[in-house]
Amino acid sequence: MKLELPRITRTTLALYAGASGDHNPMHIDIDVARSAGMDDVFAHGMLNMAYLGRLLTANFPQERIRSFSVRFSSITPVHGRPTATATVAKVEDGLTHLDLTMTLEDGTVTLKGQAVVEGDVAA
Amino acid sequence: MAIDKDLIGKRIPSHTVDIERGQLRFFAKAIGETDPVYTDPEAARAAGHRDLLMPPTYLFCADSRRSDGFDMAAFADIDVRHVLHAEQSFIYHRPVHAGDSLTFEGVVEDIVSKKGGALEFLVLLIEVLRDGEPVAEVRKSLAVRDPKAGK
Repeated sequence: MKLELPRITRTTLALYAGASGDHNPMHIDIDVARSAGMDDVFAHGMLNMAYLGRLLTANFPQERIRSFSVRFSSITPVHGRPTATATVAKVEDGLTHLDLTMTLEDGTVTLKGQAVVEGDVAA
Repeated sequence: MAIDKDLIGKRIPSHTVDIERGQLRFFAKAIGETDPVYTDPEAARAAGHRDLLMPPTYLFCADSRRSDGFDMAAFADIDVRHVLHAEQSFIYHRPVHAGDSLTFEGVVEDIVSKKGGALEFLVLLIEVLRDGEPVAEVRKSLAVRDPKAGK
């Protein structure tokens, strides 16, 4: 399972800041990002997790998702182009365990995670 | 500056948020979600939902839509410019729809120092309730960098 996302623009980040209620200026204001030693703004971690959520709900009815967790390992710079992937790790006791990954074009892994979904993915 | 370890076990003031259709539509637009169960109430009903379905990660966003003025950065005395999201998890008990009212009851679960205090992790556990019934459990871990450490 795979979802290729469009390039993340400053507009993407502005819309996500407004829609999510996460107004941390590090994601939308280059002046603040520079004051903290960054070259530029970067994407909200939760925007990436929301993209992974889209991959999950495109493949499973949402009410079957029991749990969904991620560990963020690298930031996604503005203009980055992420790809979300999910692979079946195991099917056990009627639950499908998925391994989740977000990567950038250069191969950088920005987050890894797991989801547990009710039912057998092969069914 | 180190986060005060006395915050471990301290409760975050609980708050309640109304899940609104307009907010969910704006969120769907922001993340590029086009499935109509997230934007069109008729399509949602046709799919067996009471109203627009709330996407899986919106729980996190709803919790940040506080109307009581509580400020996590001030509560833990941290500079948001030095905070990175480290980990995030959701355990789902029941689906949430537009029109629901969710109550968030959070607690500081742990504060962990790494790299001699140059990096600290603030772990929050939040129970989400609707009419007193648990709908989800949210755990977030924030990494707080001390820019002065190690220099």
